Amino acid sequence: MIIRRTPPHPIASSEITPESVYLNRRQFLEEAGLLSVVALAMPSDLGRSRVAQPQSAYPTTMGSDLRSELTPWDDVTTYNNFYEFGTDKSDPAANARTFRPRPWSVRVEGLVKKPADYDLEDFIKPYKLEERIYRHRCVEAWSMVVPWLGFPMADLIARVEPSPSAKYVEFITLNDAKRMPGQRIPVLQWPYVEGLRLDEARNPLAFFAVGVYGKMLPNQNGAPLRHVVPWKYGFKGCKSIVKIRFTDREPRTAWNLAAPDEYGFYANVNPNVDHPRWSQAKERRIGEFRRRATLMFNGYADQVASLYSGMDLRKSY
Amino acid sequence: MGSNRDWQRSVVSRLKSSRQLPRVLFVLALAPLMWGAGLLASDLVQGTRYLGSNPIKELEHFTGKWTLRFLILSLTVTPLMALTHQGWLIRYRRTWGLFAFFYACVHLTIYFVLDVELNWADFGADILKRKYIAIGMTALSLMIPLVLTSTKASIRRMGNIRWTALHRLVFATVILANIHYWMSVKRDIREPLLFALIFGVLLGYRLRAWWRERAKRPGAGSAALAKAPTA
Repeated sequence: MIIRRTPPHPIASSEITPESVYLNRRQFLEEAGLLSVVALAMPSDLGRSRVAQPQSAYPTTMGSDLRSELTPWDDVTTYNNFYEFGTDKSDPAANARTFRPRPWSVRVEGLVKKPADYDLEDFIKPYKLEERIYRHRCVEAWSMVVPWLGFPMADLIARVEPSPSAKYVEFITLNDAKRMPGQRIPVLQWPYVEGLRLDEARNPLAFFAVGVYGKMLPNQNGAPLRHVVPWKYGFKGCKSIVKIRFTDREPRTAWNLAAPDEYGFYANVNPNVDHPRWSQAKERRIGEFRRRATLMFNGYADQVASLYSGMDLRKSY
Repeated sequence: MGSNRDWQRSVVSRLKSSRQLPRVLFVLALAPLMWGAGLLASDLVQGTRYLGSNPIKELEHFTGKWTLRFLILSLTVTPLMALTHQGWLIRYRRTWGLFAFFYACVHLTIYFVLDVELNWADFGADILKRKYIAIGMTALSLMIPLVLTSTKASIRRMGNIRWTALHRLVFATVILANIHYWMSVKRDIREPLLFALIFGVLLGYRLRAWWRERAKRPGAGSAALAKAPTA
């Protein structure tokens, strides 16, 4: 087993990126920068419509119809639940400022034919990045519309070839209290663990994000790699992923461990099943004055409802 | 040493007889509201982001916590009086209590108007289904009889003993308000814990006073139970 430690020196040898990768990244940044123009003014009742929106140079493969509803960049990058950097919504943006998401390696392990340690660049390299505009519904009854940049989870699964016995996939966040100060406090069991059933993970909606608004993922949004499952509550998305493990057992996920009666393994957005302490029927879209009705499976019922046919969603919440 | 004492005495006597102090305290007590309103106005008009991405939630938390802070102030008066032998401080106990009620009302109004959007069905469902909302509503309701009997005339009419007994309801309000806050928090309970500890000290002081009172009356035993501490 390889045990990786963060080197004590500010610049590790592994951090000296090969030139080809370096140039790729430059291109990534430049493309993003070039087209960072003032985008659509947000219809917002809260007077923030003049905030400039960075725009993506990548093809939008899903959710173009939501473009007019995009949540402003400022909100997407300052209103975050990322307890590894503090429990206040504004904490991650403040405390993740000095976090360095490079070098980064992702380990694929468990019931899989091709387990491997990937350098982040190698992990991403085979894919053509695409933009997907997804609704994002937090279990706390607020929501956003976010233009993620990344690649389909199904593509990675096909690449690493899970063995037939694999039924679930587990995602694990970096566990390093030196770099993630929020981990000094045991508000959750560290490292953060999330998971999906394998058929959920293969659903075309399931996505790995490496960017947002056409730019590399800001630290507070889960840099350098997170996953996004838009029909589930936001906490199902694991940020700053270092491990992807295929298993035959339902993963013990962080919030489920913390409060099993409040946060289930499935955590599908469902306006008919309330959180024990608050209603899930409505949500406040960040930037909007009035609350809006929450949609079944966050509006993705057509794509995902069949995954749960025959299941009692009240019990499997 | 002696001159120090003199100095203290002169400050206290000045405060005691000051006609400005009530006005200054009144303005100070309104400052949080003005501050919150100012931030909101700036966000709405100037497009600043003082209240962050979810200003309504922020204002709910803001007014809720100020309610707790004024409850702390009002419960601090009695022990402070006893410790410093400054009886005149009692004049301000009512002020803090009324401001706690005032901020609780603003808190409820923001919740009802901006969060529930005046939807009575949602409001009713919230109270019935969500314990912490019901508990918060109860905490606020229990303050109403105290506000209605907060005048000197009421004390005279009711008599000291009955008035004091009624006003012990504030302890129920405090306990319920703390539970309400605690239950509204998702996971990080550090701040509600801090509030609970402060209230714990203030309630503990009364419990101790009551215990001592009881011990002082030889053979009174259970009869002493009837005579609880002053609010």
